[in-house]
Amino acid sequence: MKNFKLVYTIGVILLAVLLTLGIASLVLAVLGADVLKTFWVIFCYPFTSFKNLSGVINIMTPLTLVGIGICVAYRSGIMNIGGEGQMLIGLLCAIVFALYSGIEGPLSIPLIMLVGMAGGAVWGFFPGILKSKFGVSELLSTVMFNYIATQLYAYCLRVPLLDPAVAGGAGDPQTVKLAESQWLPRINEVIENVPKGTRFHIGILIAIALAVVVYLFMWKTPVGFKMRAAGASDRAARYGGISVSAYLVLAMIISGACCGLAGTVEILGVHHRGLGNCTGGYGFSGIVVALFGGLHPLGVIPAAFFFALISYGCSALQINKIPVPSNMIDVLLGLMIMVIVAAKLIIANPYLMDHVQHTVTKLINKKEGGADA
Amino acid sequence: MLDFIVLFLTVGIPLSSALLLASLGETVNQRSGVFNLGCEGVMSMGAFVGMLIPYMVGGSGTVAWYVNVAGLLSAALVGALLGLLYGLVVIKFSAPQGIAGIGLQLFGTGLAGTFYRHFIGGAEGVAGISSIRIPVLCDLPILGKMLFSCNPMVYVAFLMVPTVHYILFKTPWGLRVRACGTMPRAADSMGINVSRTRYQALAFGSAMAGLAGAYLSLCYAKIFTDTLVGGRGFIAVALVYFGRWSPLGVMGGALLFSLAQALQLAVQAYGFAAFPYEFLVMLPYALVIVVLVFVGKSKHVGPAMLGKPFNREMRT
Repeated sequence: MKNFKLVYTIGVILLAVLLTLGIASLVLAVLGADVLKTFWVIFCYPFTSFKNLSGVINIMTPLTLVGIGICVAYRSGIMNIGGEGQMLIGLLCAIVFALYSGIEGPLSIPLIMLVGMAGGAVWGFFPGILKSKFGVSELLSTVMFNYIATQLYAYCLRVPLLDPAVAGGAGDPQTVKLAESQWLPRINEVIENVPKGTRFHIGILIAIALAVVVYLFMWKTPVGFKMRAAGASDRAARYGGISVSAYLVLAMIISGACCGLAGTVEILGVHHRGLGNCTGGYGFSGIVVALFGGLHPLGVIPAAFFFALISYGCSALQINKIPVPSNMIDVLLGLMIMVIVAAKLIIANPYLMDHVQHTVTKLINKKEGGADA
Repeated sequence: MLDFIVLFLTVGIPLSSALLLASLGETVNQRSGVFNLGCEGVMSMGAFVGMLIPYMVGGSGTVAWYVNVAGLLSAALVGALLGLLYGLVVIKFSAPQGIAGIGLQLFGTGLAGTFYRHFIGGAEGVAGISSIRIPVLCDLPILGKMLFSCNPMVYVAFLMVPTVHYILFKTPWGLRVRACGTMPRAADSMGINVSRTRYQALAFGSAMAGLAGAYLSLCYAKIFTDTLVGGRGFIAVALVYFGRWSPLGVMGGALLFSLAQALQLAVQAYGFAAFPYEFLVMLPYALVIVVLVFVGKSKHVGPAMLGKPFNREMRT
């Protein structure tokens, strides 16, 4: 059995997928929903029209950007769960710049994005420096910074940036709309003759470009190599003369910048103004995307598409008259994370593979032996 | 001014109970070497399950005390089951605990929200468990209101501090748990089943997290919302570092954090409305970061093998 490793890997992945779907079906059965129809809506409904597919791509854009950021941090040995806060601060800076700088026109878009990236980078810098200088676990500090960012954003939305139209308690707090020339153009405004209903904004092109740039940076430049070395084995890297703590901070800055860009693109492309809940939880689901994409910037792109698909499907459940709340997406994501991490280690464990191979061979031999007798 | 301080403390002490229960549980988890970032999800499930039985029996009306107790126990049971599920992922399959914990958090929070909408729905609450007034003592001038007319679960939470301390430091099981967190290889060579001990610690710790969630839904808010737990699970994990893995330290942390939160509520209640309250809401989180900076430098306090999977067949 030469190909046993391949068979084993595929087998484990299939089992993992089946397990996830099995537990999810159990939850759906408890909810009294039609299991097959629910899965059809989640996985296939988004493909039924160009309008739906555009919705998927719009969700995929911030997921890709956050996922890239998480990859950079993870590869450098730091786990960034502060994507949510970095997105918020990034988009807050972007909104302030867009509204008050007075710069309009197409040229303003890259400038606003740069400001958004800078905002996210600052918010990523803090946990980075806390980790490298004071040994504060980034798992905790990034979560705390998320809450601080949420409150800061809520304050800015409620007081200094409040849209006069909703002042006085009418409706949820929001900012005024950005100038139309600052919006990210939609694909049907840029390219003619796209199929009707194709309305996603061009942020996805930026995301894909960034994935390629980050891949080249991390795998083809000396700085990227040092960052990955620091993440792979900090003791070996330090022995090799790499300043691990400096690269840790740099990784968090880049990671934060990616998340800040994700927030900015979401504002410029989708909402066109600051709203109460405009990060959409992408800061968290981006972690799943990064994991699913093998912690590789290019792997993130298909992973983000897959998760955007599920997430769009889950939000479409109610329209399709399936009595499953959209919180189901979190159940699916959580299950997937746990199953993926467990499956990854089963695949990587050589002892277990030998053991399984041994058992399987024994079973086959027994069967053959039984047939002979 | 005195009124303000009394209000501040009467709000702060009940607030601290949920954190206290959850972080005591997390202390036991971490002492055994397992880091459970999914505490938030376990608390959410506990909050939902805790109010399910009382709601099924009596709707929003009052129910007999044993129904509420059944609610609490079911929350603890579901918590323990989630803990074992997490154990399966991180102990049996040695998955990285930070990521698996995020998975558990999403799973628990999502499942609680989904089931809540299905089984209870709307904005319906329960009568829950009301406060008791300890006779005589509750009539004391200031202390009576602050300390002797609280919810029974508040007393349970504070009683758990010496209990967990006793379990961890005075019982053979506690010694095993600590050995598994500090030096699993040595524990293993002494014939302790490291995996089993870690499963037990996880079940115990997560049961407490479930109970903490049930406290929030049954005793504190008397209703379930998606944001009820609101990050308390993450704070509970941070408080364990804050309290340096000792039940007493954890209690200090929970009180400090909750009093910082109560300050914000008291300030709002006293009508300093012009002051942007968001900055006061931020205060406890900033406080945690500041304290972590000081705790972070001191090594050799926590369980040495925290977050490291143990596999007796592998070389370290």
